[in-house]
Formats: sequence, structure tokens, C-alpha cells
Amino acid sequence: MSAVLNSLIHHETDVDTQHRALRFLTAGSVDDGKSTLIGRLLFDSRAILADQLDTLEKRAAGAPIDLSLLTDGLEAEREQGITIDVAYRYFATRTRKFIIADAPGHEQYTRNMVTAAAGSDAAVVLVDITKLDLEQAEVTLLPQTRRHSLLAHLLRVPSIVFAINKIDALVHPAEGYAKVSRALRQFAEEAGIEVQAIVPVSALRGDNVTQPLESNWYQGPSLLQVLESLPTVQEKVEGRLAIPVQYVATNGDGTGHQPRTLWGRIAHGQVQAGDEIQILPSGQKARVVEVRKAGSTVAQVVAGESAGVLLDRQLDASRGDWIVTPGSSEPTNAFEATLAWLDTEAAQVGRKYWVRHGNRWVQARITAIEHKVDIHTLQEADAHELAVNEIGHVRIETQQPLPVEPYAANRVGGALIVVDPTTNRTSGALLVR
Amino acid sequence: MSQQISESHLNHLEEEAIFILREVAASFERPALLFSGGKDSCVVLRLAEKAFKNRVAGNEFSGRLPFPLLHVDTGHNFPEVIAFRDQRVAEMGERLVVGHLEDSMARGTVRLSHPLESRNGHQTVTLLEAIEEHRFDCLIGGARRDEEKARAKERIFSHRDSFGQWQPKEQRPELWNLFNTRIRPGEHFRAFPISNWTELDVWLYIARENIPLPSLYYAHERSVIRRKGLLVPLTEVTPPEAGELVETATVRFRTVGDMTCTCPVESSALNASDIVAETLTVTVSERGATRMDDRTSEASMERRKKEGYF
Repeated sequence: MSAVLNSLIHHETDVDTQHRALRFLTAGSVDDGKSTLIGRLLFDSRAILADQLDTLEKRAAGAPIDLSLLTDGLEAEREQGITIDVAYRYFATRTRKFIIADAPGHEQYTRNMVTAAAGSDAAVVLVDITKLDLEQAEVTLLPQTRRHSLLAHLLRVPSIVFAINKIDALVHPAEGYAKVSRALRQFAEEAGIEVQAIVPVSALRGDNVTQPLESNWYQGPSLLQVLESLPTVQEKVEGRLAIPVQYVATNGDGTGHQPRTLWGRIAHGQVQAGDEIQILPSGQKARVVEVRKAGSTVAQVVAGESAGVLLDRQLDASRGDWIVTPGSSEPTNAFEATLAWLDTEAAQVGRKYWVRHGNRWVQARITAIEHKVDIHTLQEADAHELAVNEIGHVRIETQQPLPVEPYAANRVGGALIVVDPTTNRTSGALLVR
Repeated sequence: MSQQISESHLNHLEEEAIFILREVAASFERPALLFSGGKDSCVVLRLAEKAFKNRVAGNEFSGRLPFPLLHVDTGHNFPEVIAFRDQRVAEMGERLVVGHLEDSMARGTVRLSHPLESRNGHQTVTLLEAIEEHRFDCLIGGARRDEEKARAKERIFSHRDSFGQWQPKEQRPELWNLFNTRIRPGEHFRAFPISNWTELDVWLYIARENIPLPSLYYAHERSVIRRKGLLVPLTEVTPPEAGELVETATVRFRTVGDMTCTCPVESSALNASDIVAETLTVTVSERGATRMDDRTSEASMERRKKEGYF
């Protein structure tokens, strides 16, 4: 980077420890204040520019501006006052960049949450405190709070944060916050959810969103401080190598020699010249003679980066294959998985679908639905099919063996999508168990 | 605006974009890269060089991209930009396909209601005609989600039906990096490798990589007309209206589109680093400062995209 940019970096930045932006999703039902909260984060971090604000002021016609309108980007959404689809928003503070996956809390909540959660580092679950009966000795949480948290947990979003919203509406916020926190902690413990933080906020007034709450009853961090401290998912650089081959380039050098570069983003491990590798599923072995990155030869390429690998012999290797440490992985054509169904046409046992694992498309079928999961309670129930927004535990059989890994151990090796061969719709998400 | 500037963040964005570009090359039979000479498409072009070419002596790239470049020329582009486009394409030895809006007018598929009407909206017709003629199945574009609210909703791999239309309610969920690029004959995709970049990221990258751009992006003197809070450049297609004063201002363009709808901003920034510093303190969005056509309706971009606009 140029000296000018370096000086800008030192001038503008306190720390630069993060490899990349923190991606987080927000979960909450209609009217819980989710859009207002996102609007508040964008507004207070000055991600909203004058002309965008101007539009809102015109629409407010003298009344206080409605921050929730910042996130409704589609015509139908403005007409109906709802959010239809996942949108991505960007903002930055002095220490970090953020990408919000803004998933609507509407009817199709599961489908949208699954989409937003895949690849997210964190989830902010919004709890509308005005909807809870605080008179009870033990506060009963709303079903959607349980549902959103359990879904985030099931999809293994690494960090879960509760934001208790609308505290400005309470006469005794301290008491309400204490009671709801207790209920949330108890629920999380029963469900096995690790809670990163429980933060009281008023998205409407801006209390404790980006500016800490000045009160005698809460001395904890603001929501933004919590977000600034959360870890991003780190790729595993140590240990065995796994690269899904994405693209094969033939680099003729004019001498008739046609070396092939196998390009792929490293799922885990690292690679350098001299390493012995194995191609899956064929099992052929070879030695790496050169490693490339973005047009140049480099000493080493690590997890998260795309490596160009040249081998010491001409092997039959193409898109969809994997480059791995010899003997480290055993491909299989039958495995168990959690299936989140996204399509209005129900998942059928026995029907052939396309699935994508890494860079390989293969035909597959669901051989059995062991049970479906009640996402209110995580209780298991018998099922013959999975309808839209349902989640089940299934057995999958694939036409070719795949080197799948448990999703909990590695997202790249453990995630698959299911595509309907008739409509080409993305019908489901598979997480290998 | 205080913002984090992070080298590692820029590296991550670059990795992601290169991954998407290779995904296009591997998944489609006849892709093309939309290249207008604008800053976003110049960034995408550099990313494509990194994805597919080799660095040789002097740090130059050798080889050719695995797809042609495509430009839709409305006939109202800034001459500096067209000259830059042709020069870059020649230097790099790439193939350029140009779709001329005037050809669509000759065919009768584009009809203007008056001669000086903005041709920006009409270019969709020419774009779709070029897609059909060359049977392109994926177009790589430099759109960013921070540009506009409808763009924020669009997928990285965006499916278009056989009419070239975007169906916001029918978008395929995008899970992990497992893009669903399955397609039927006649349909196509738009792929956006720099979806997750912001205007600031683009300028940081231009500065870091020394990416050449048309001179319009940097401060220069230009005859302008002040109209409705915008600086309208004086051109043969944007003459002054009765009573309007033509003045000279020191300006640069934040975005270069059709001459009839693109406005410069006042600036003394002479290079990409100056613009990075300026972007850190900017208070008006890229489109708000520069586009006449987006102001007509809050949904104008969405409506145009549904018709097949890029």
C-alpha cells in the first residue's frame, strides 16, 4: 500500500486487528423495531448521507423522521410497509467495518433467516420488552424470541446477542431489564445457547445503541461496543489441507508445454511448493511444484485465500475435485444432515435433486426424514415430508461420493445447497451432522 | 466520517471478488464483462486481470481474459471516456463488443419522445439485444450494494428470466459461497463481484493498485450550469435553459454515465489518494450528488432493473 494510504490508515484507525468486516444478521418480528434499530446504527454511525436523510425528512413532513424507512428498499415494501427480502447494509466505525444481513421477520422468517445466517459471524436477536408480561414472577418469552434464537443456534451462528428493545417505554426499566435477562439466560441455558451479551436499548431514542446508556442500573457496553468486540469466523490455517478446485487454467507458454493451474479457495490448511497432495475423489497423489496467488508465484497460500496449485505431474483433476493432504479425508455417498427447507414445494423422500458441495454439483436424494424439528422447542416429531420453513434431520444419498465433514467442524466441507431440477430454485440448505 | 481503513479488509474484498470472477468463468459458457470505462468497471477489470492473467517482468499482466468486454454506448457518453475505453482495450489486447443505442434506434426498437431525451433508460433495450445477439449467459457488472436501495437487495449472482428481467420476489437465496448458477436456455445471470464494496473501498483500491481512470474523475475546469442543486455539465445535449448562467468551476466526476444525466461535484482532488481523503468526509451519496435520473422517483432504479437495466 502506498505511503499516502499508510498515513491515512494511521491517522484514521485505532486498531486494525480484524481480517475482515463483521457480518451479522438481525432477527426480530414485525413491529419489534428491527428496521428502526438498523436505521439507528446507520444513522448514528453516519452511514446515512445528507440526500438520503433529505428524502426521509420530506416524507416525515415536519414530524420526527422514521429511521425504519432507511432499510425498505423495494417499492412493494414501501407500499405494504413490510420487508420482503434480505438486504445488505454497510457501516463502519473507527475500529471496524460491518455488513448487516437485514432479514425480514415476516411469515417466511425461517427461509430468510437461514439465508442471512449462512456465513454470518453473529446474530442480534431483538426482544420487544413491551410485548412481555412483566407482572409475572417469571417472565414468559415470546415464541418468536425462542424461535429466532434456536434457529441461529441450529445454524451455528457463532455469537448470539440479545437486544432488549423499547426500554424507553417502561416506567421501571431496571426491573424489566433484570427480569427479562433472567428469563433469557434460563432459556439459553436449557437450549445450550451460549449468550455473548444481553443489551438494553431504545432504537427509537438511540439509547445504548451506539452511545452507552447513562444510568445507575446498567453499566454494561452499548450494542455497538458489543458488536465491535465480537470475533469473525477464522479459517483454520493449521492442520490438514482442503481445497475445492474451482477453476482450471491452462497456461500455454508458447513451447508446447501446457501446465495446468488448479485454482480454489482454501477451506482449511495451507499449501506450498514441495507439499504432497491427493486429488479426491480419484485418490491420485502428486507433489506441488508451484503456488500462485492473483497472477504471481508466492511462497505459501493459507486458508481463506485462493491458491493456484501447479503439480509435478499431469493428473486428471477438474472443477469439483478436492486437493487434500493424503489420507485425510474419506469421501462418502451417504450421510446425515440437518435440512432447512426453503421452497414452497415440499421436500420429498426419493425424489432426485441437485446438490452442490464445494464446487461440485451431483444428483442426490433424501433417503429418509428421521424427524422434523419443532423450532419453538427443538423437540423432534415424525414427518414424511418437509414443508417450506421446516427443518428436519435427514439421510442423504449422493450419486458420487463427496468428502463431507461435520458442519460444526468446518463450514466449507459441511454445507450443501439443494436445487430443484425442474425449477432451478434453491430449495434447501444442508448442514452435515 | 471516521472510518476504519484496513488493508486486510481490502485484501478480503479482493479475494471475494476474484473468487466470484472465477466462478463465472467456470460456470458459464459465454460470459462477458461490462466495461464502460467508469471507475467501478475499471476496478472489476483489474480484478479480472488478477484472476486470469499472469504477472510478467515489470509487473505487467500477460495473456487474455477468458471472456470479451461489452459496452453499451448510448451515443451520449463523454468523449474522454470513450477514448479511454478504446485505449485501455487496445493496451490490454482484449476483445470489446459495443452495442450502439443508435443501432436500436435505427431498428426501431428504441424510440425517443424528443431528440434530447435522456438515453440512459433506453440502453436496457440495446443491452438485451446485445445479450441475445451474442448469446451471453452471464454479464459481469461493477454494481455495488451501497449505491442505491434496490441494489442493496440484489444477489451477487442475480438471475434474469428469458425477458432479461429481474424478479425481486423470486431471488434465489444465497447461502455461503455455494452459488446456484443453474440456468435454462434463454435466461442469463448478472454477476456482481464488488457487491460488498463501498465507494471508499473502490477509491482505496484504485489508489493501491494504481488503476488508470478517465481524466474526468480528477479535478479539472469545466463549464457548468447550476440547476436544482446539481452542477449540470455544459454539453451539446445539455444546453442552458432560458435565463441560466454558464460558469466555470473546478470539478470532478464521482460517477460517469450518460452525459444527459451525470453531474460533477466541486473538487480539487488531483489523484486517487486525494479522493480517498475527500470520500472520508463526504456528506452526499454518490447518486444523490451526481444523478439527475434517480431523483424522479424513489423506485426509479428498481423499476428500471425489473425491465432488465443493469
